[in-house]
Amino acid sequence: MEERSPGMGLEKALGDSLMLTKLEDAINWCRKNSLFPMPMGISCCAIEMMAFAGPRFDSSRFGSEVFRFSPRQADVMIVAGTTTYKMARVVRKIYDQMPDPKWVIAMGACTSSGGMYRTYSVVQGIDQFLPVDLYVAGCPPRPDNLLHALMTLQQKIQRRESKGSTLGLVGEFPHHKPKSPIVA
Amino acid sequence: MNVRTLEKLNKQFGSSVLESSEFRGELTVVVPADKIVEVCRFLKEDPDLRFDLLADLFGLDMYTPVKRFGVVYNLYSLKNHHRIRIKTFVEENHPHVQTVTGVWSTANWHERETFDMFGIIFDGHPDLRRIYMPDEFEHHPLRKDFPLMGIPGSLYLPKK
Repeated sequence: MEERSPGMGLEKALGDSLMLTKLEDAINWCRKNSLFPMPMGISCCAIEMMAFAGPRFDSSRFGSEVFRFSPRQADVMIVAGTTTYKMARVVRKIYDQMPDPKWVIAMGACTSSGGMYRTYSVVQGIDQFLPVDLYVAGCPPRPDNLLHALMTLQQKIQRRESKGSTLGLVGEFPHHKPKSPIVA
Repeated sequence: MNVRTLEKLNKQFGSSVLESSEFRGELTVVVPADKIVEVCRFLKEDPDLRFDLLADLFGLDMYTPVKRFGVVYNLYSLKNHHRIRIKTFVEENHPHVQTVTGVWSTANWHERETFDMFGIIFDGHPDLRRIYMPDEFEHHPLRKDFPLMGIPGSLYLPKK
């Protein structure tokens, strides 16, 4: 935020009591520091995802305070596990129920590419039916790796990047053109 | 125990026991498809044998012109701590086997799985639906002529 400050000289005049920025930057700063994950734990990666949220690795330190088991209250979906064709429609339905803006982390080899399941029943990468913002390598990835993904996602959010959101409430999402602009 | 089981089967069913073999102490018996329920019921209810646990039931695809599909029944006797394997074979153009859900109710899901993966139809099954693949899927993936990576477009995927 500090680098993006327009810097009209007011800060110098008023000291620490005032901070100038753009509204969209301020909102994205809020967004990135309150990312509630939707745990889409389909298989073994979910165990590492639980460790990521638990007290040892503690994703709360990065503002990802708590897992929300209702998609209505979630910002980022962590798809953790082998996604079969039969499960894909469920994953997509839950993704569609999440409010904009939303992000997707593809956790682990299976989710990103089908992994070792090169077979008829497994979707060879969830980016075939979901807009994925981040891929996490590993089988399964360590919780540190997922924390790194979360921090990388925070940087992307500050840069106003989202692969899947159709609407930016304030500010633009460069990958998408809003169907109908929201009038504030 | 194997000898006794085989003697009893031969006495009860005579020539309908097509073939039997023993490997490392495990008895395997091949019976015709139309006799499978009788044989299973006999093995379960005979007071001496008591094969009361259906440990597993699964399909085979031999990929041969005759007797292409098989169904294998792994039985276990809790009384005698003894195992036996029953096999039956059916033709590709008429893959029908009588259900054994009336003998062991656990056969319900096993037979649904075998139907899903091999397309073997269990006549008299109370609820013969697919158990793994989506209902609208038209193929049977564990058949030998099914390609490993599937048939493109045969499974629904949501649009991006």
